[in-house]
Amino acid sequence: MALQSQDILRRSASPTQPPVAREHKIEVAKLIDVTTCIGCKACQVACAEWNDLRDEIGSNVGVYDNPADLSAQSWTVMRYNEVEENGKLEWLIRKDGCMHCADPGCLKACPSPGAIIQYANGIVDFQSEYCIGCGYCISGCPFDIPRLSQKDNKVYKCTLCSDRVMVGQEPACVKTCPTGAIRFGSKEDMTAFAGERVEDLKSRGFPNAGLYDPPGVGGTHVMYVLHHADRPGLYSGLRKNPTISPVVKLWKGLLKPLATIGFAAAGLFGFLHYIGVGPNRPDDDDEEDQA
Amino acid sequence: MSREKLIVRYNAAERINHWLVALCFVLLALSGLALFYPAFFWLTGIFGTPQLARIVHPFVGVLMFVGFLRQFFRYWHHNLINAEDIKWMKSVGSVLRGHEVGDTGKYNGGQKGLFWLMCVCLLALLTSGIVIWRPYFSPSFPIPLIRVALLTHAVAAVLLISGIIIHIYAAIWVKGTIRAMVEGVVTYGWAKKHHPRWFREMTGQSGAKEPR
Repeated sequence: MALQSQDILRRSASPTQPPVAREHKIEVAKLIDVTTCIGCKACQVACAEWNDLRDEIGSNVGVYDNPADLSAQSWTVMRYNEVEENGKLEWLIRKDGCMHCADPGCLKACPSPGAIIQYANGIVDFQSEYCIGCGYCISGCPFDIPRLSQKDNKVYKCTLCSDRVMVGQEPACVKTCPTGAIRFGSKEDMTAFAGERVEDLKSRGFPNAGLYDPPGVGGTHVMYVLHHADRPGLYSGLRKNPTISPVVKLWKGLLKPLATIGFAAAGLFGFLHYIGVGPNRPDDDDEEDQA
Repeated sequence: MSREKLIVRYNAAERINHWLVALCFVLLALSGLALFYPAFFWLTGIFGTPQLARIVHPFVGVLMFVGFLRQFFRYWHHNLINAEDIKWMKSVGSVLRGHEVGDTGKYNGGQKGLFWLMCVCLLALLTSGIVIWRPYFSPSFPIPLIRVALLTHAVAAVLLISGIIIHIYAAIWVKGTIRAMVEGVVTYGWAKKHHPRWFREMTGQSGAKEPR
């Protein structure tokens, strides 16, 4: 189901080269300017509408977060946090969802060929019909994003509206954002625009304003402008320097050649030993039994 | 050739138990390797489809564990390591050249080592397997623990599969061994050569000089 208008940079569990004949694809990025977000949740609604998602109606527990967490039916949620900075209350609202990492932990962990693909434009997309429901991607993700559906045991997350992007449209959340806090374009343009925003914020009393594009995962194709880029944890636990867990790297990396060596050594040993030494038979003459 | 003298090594219940565990092992190893090596993903086909393999694998795993547990209680007391086994392990090079070492009982040092390796691996596979078992149990565990369990599961499986390759080869190399687990019996000569102390226990004969 991969859309062939795009080259594919990476394909889960696929040791051979995916199609990359076209080299003119530009990397895209969604820029979420947390400082101009008003928390209206229009993006949540637009996401559900475009992607035809219908989460269960939850109950009000006295906070703005609704739904309380990402789910197989809620690919983006607004997370609200109240902090006191410089004696003032700040209401930090972050639109959470897939970051579309350049080095995606989900794709690295996935054992099913082609169930997760990374397009040349940077979008990391799940191909649900190949998903086997093992949940390895959930362990691979440094941002705790993918969610396993209880309905069909397949994992879902934001697609960055890959279907819209492939035909030249912006993602649904971007289209609907009433304040322009969510922008979409080439990663280069978005980075440049973020630079202007950061400069502006710095001149307005936020000396630590900055762009969140964490290098530990090779950069992301969803980026944030933060007033407190030095402390991303303020924004409902956004990780400071996310990387793919070393445990996952070991499991998906070094262990494979080690295991191959182990199996090959055991098998080769048996083969060569049998050829070299030959079978071990009980002696016909029992009296020869001496140690 | 007079009628060969035989000793019963494994009764029918033990043999069925062994082969049930062995069958589970083969299914689990193949479907597990399918998820471990991308190039072997097609091995998920032994359970029909990839998703079916993901669904069935853990249930077969529990069956193998239960079967192995029965074997554990059958054999653990035969597998306590003694001085003769240490001697055997130290002289494994000589053993591999076909020279028996030590006054070996029902199991030699290598078999005992493998037994305990299997015990450790099975326990590790079960506990880590539960932690990574979706959709039932994983949601109860934090993601960092699930990551460790995924690694543990793979490492234990690699050790177990390597160990079982040795186990199978040893049975092929030492002629008369497979018969013990298929027909249940071994010859006097086999027992005397490979397990002299066990031979004496079973027959009351000295083994050194046995009148035919």
